[in-house]
Amino acid sequence: MGKVFNWGVFPRIDANQIAFSHYAKIAEFVKENLVIIPRGNGRCYGDSSLQKTIFSTLELNKFLSFDTENGMISCEAGVLLRDILEVIVPKGFFLPVTPGTKFITIGGAVASNIHGKNHHSEGSISRYIESFNLLNETGTIIHCSKNSNPALFTETIGGMGLTGVIISVNLKLKKIETSYIKQKAIKAKNIYEMLEYFDKFCDYTYSVAWIDCLSKGNSLGRSILMLGEHATNKELNEKQSHQPLAVHSNKQINVPFMFPNFVLNELSIKAFNFLYYHKQMQHEVDNVIHYNPYFYPLDAINNWNRIYGANGFTQYQFAIPFENGKEGLVKILTKIANSGCGSFLAVLKTFGENDAVASPLSFPIKGYTLALDFKISKKVFKLLDELDEIVLAYSGRLYLTKDARMNSDTFHKSYTTAFSHPAKFQSLQSMRLKI
Amino acid sequence: MSTLLILGSSSDVGIACAHRFAKEGFDLILATRNGDEYQRNLAADLSIRYNVHVVSVQFDALATSSHKSFYESLGVKPNVVLSVFGYLGNHEQALSDFTQANLIIASNFVGNVSILGIIANDMESKREGTIICVSSVAGERGRKSNYIYGSSKAGLTAFLSGLRARLAASNVHVATIIPGFIKTKMVELLPETPKPITASAAQVADAIWLANKAKKDVVYVLPIWRLIMFIIRNIPERIFKKTNL
Repeated sequence: MGKVFNWGVFPRIDANQIAFSHYAKIAEFVKENLVIIPRGNGRCYGDSSLQKTIFSTLELNKFLSFDTENGMISCEAGVLLRDILEVIVPKGFFLPVTPGTKFITIGGAVASNIHGKNHHSEGSISRYIESFNLLNETGTIIHCSKNSNPALFTETIGGMGLTGVIISVNLKLKKIETSYIKQKAIKAKNIYEMLEYFDKFCDYTYSVAWIDCLSKGNSLGRSILMLGEHATNKELNEKQSHQPLAVHSNKQINVPFMFPNFVLNELSIKAFNFLYYHKQMQHEVDNVIHYNPYFYPLDAINNWNRIYGANGFTQYQFAIPFENGKEGLVKILTKIANSGCGSFLAVLKTFGENDAVASPLSFPIKGYTLALDFKISKKVFKLLDELDEIVLAYSGRLYLTKDARMNSDTFHKSYTTAFSHPAKFQSLQSMRLKI
Repeated sequence: MSTLLILGSSSDVGIACAHRFAKEGFDLILATRNGDEYQRNLAADLSIRYNVHVVSVQFDALATSSHKSFYESLGVKPNVVLSVFGYLGNHEQALSDFTQANLIIASNFVGNVSILGIIANDMESKREGTIICVSSVAGERGRKSNYIYGSSKAGLTAFLSGLRARLAASNVHVATIIPGFIKTKMVELLPETPKPITASAAQVADAIWLANKAKKDVVYVLPIWRLIMFIIRNIPERIFKKTNL
C-alpha cells in the first residue's frame, strides 16, 4: 500500500499498485482481483486511473517491431511517447498525434483517445491505431482491429481503461523530412479576434492558442495563436541542417518540492500572463524551432505540477460545438475573469470532424475546446460547477482524462451512455460518474 | 562490431547490462534457460531501441554436458562474455536437504567453471576477449546465515582470480564484479536491505561497463563494500563465530 495520485495531485488515495512484465502474471493478477484499473504513467489529471487495486503498465516497456518501410511501430502499452520519439525520429517518422507532454504511455494514449494541436486537420489518435492486444476480464489476450473484434476495438479507444488491460499497440506513424517545426505566432487582442484567426488559418496542420484568462473588458481573452507545420530540409537554418532529424534532449529543470500554497495567486498569475503576452513584441513572428519546445514546452520542467502546492490542482477542459460556440466561450471567459480564480495555463484549440472509430466515452466533438488549470480550493469547485451549467447549456462536455470532480448528472447529460464494460474494470472516476 | 554474450540474460542485472552495452553499439547474444515470449520481446526491444543485432538463445547452466555444443553453436563468437546467472537458494532447506545445497553449488560454481572454462580456452587461443563474472560479497567469508551460497561464490571468486592470472599472458581479461546488495528480484524475497549499501541493477550495469572498458580486475559496485568486507574478513574467528551475521 502506498499513496497514489495522478498529475493534478488530487485526489490522493491509498492503493495497492503492482506491475508485471510477463503476460501470464498479468492474467493471473486480473483474475484474482475483483476490481482493478490499469494505469500508465499517471499523467491524467484526476481519478481516471485510480482504484484500490491498480495494475501499472510501466513494466510493459518493450518495442516489438518497427517497420521503417511502411512507418508502423508496435510496442507494449507502457512505452512512453518519449521513448517512441527517440526510436522513430532518427528514421524520419513522427507521432501522428501527440498531446502537450511526451511523458504519457501509448496505452494511456489509446485509452484516452488523445488529441493534439492537429485535431482539426488530422483527427485524434484513433485514426492511426491499426490494432492492439487487450487482456480482458478472464485474463485472455484478444487481438483487436477494425476487422477483428471490431466492437471491442472501438469501445477501447477512448474507453478509459474500462474494457481491460491494453497490452500492446500497433500504430501508424507520420513521415517527416525534419524534426523541426515552422512556427508562426500571432497576437490577438481579444477572444473575438482570436476566433477569427482560427478561421483564417484553419489550413495549418497545427494550431493552438494560449489565453490570458484574467484580462477583462475589451481585452477579454487576449491571446497568442501558435501555428505550425513540419519544416522541410530547405527551411532549416545552417546549424539545424547539420542534424535535420535531431531527437529531443532529456535535460530538465526540476521543481524539487511542493511549493507553498501562497506562491500561485491572482497577482503572480497576472504578472506571468502580462510578461508572457508582452514577451512577443511584434504582432506576428515566424521561425523554425525543434519539435521539443514546440509540442512539449512544459516537459523541460520536471514535476511542474508541484508549483500548485500540496493541495493540488485540477484541469478543466471542455469542448463545445461551433454553433453558438463563440457566445459560450465569451460567457465562460467572463465568468472566470470575474471570479478571480486565475488559471495559469489556458489553452484553446479547435476539433475537427468527430472520430469515426472511438468509444462513446471519447472526448472530441467538432467545435472549440478550452483547457484551464485551477488550484484546488472550495471557491474553485463552486466556480467549476457553474461552468458545468454553461457547458451543458451549449451542448458541450468535459474531458474525462482531466476530470476529478464533475458529477454523474453532468456526465450523463453530455455523453451518450451506450457503453457497457466488465464490472472488474472500474476507476474511482467511473464509479463516481456511474459509467 | 563487438558482440556481448550474456549468460543469464533474464535477470535484472542481465537486462540492465544488455541495455548498457547495446547503447554502446554492442551486438547481443541473450542466453537464458527459458527462451520464452518475454526473451523474444526483450531481444526485439533492444534491437529496435539501439539499432543493434540481438539474438536469443537457450542456455542451461546446470546442463554442463551441453555447454561445449552450446558455445560451438554460436554463429558469431562474442568478444565479451558476461556471466550473471546465479541461484540464491534456500539456506535453511540446504542444511538438511543436499539436493538444495547441490543445486546452489552447481548453479553458482560448477556452472561457471564449466562454461567459462570452455570460453576461456577459445579466447586464449585467439589471444583476445574479455570475461566478466558476477560473484558476491557472500564469498569473502563464510557466514552462519548463508555459507552454502557463500562457499559457492567463494569458489567462484577463487576460480576467477586464477583464471585471470592464467589468461593475462594471452591478452584475455577477466573481471570479477562484487555487487553487494542489489535491488532485484532475488532480494525482494528477503527483508529490505539498507538503501546506502544497496545498488540498483543500472548501477551494477554501469560498473560492469566500466570494468570492461577500463579492464578492471575486481570491482566493488559500491566502494563502501570494500571497506565493509575488509572489516568482516578481519574479525578474529573466536569473535566471528559468536556473531549472527
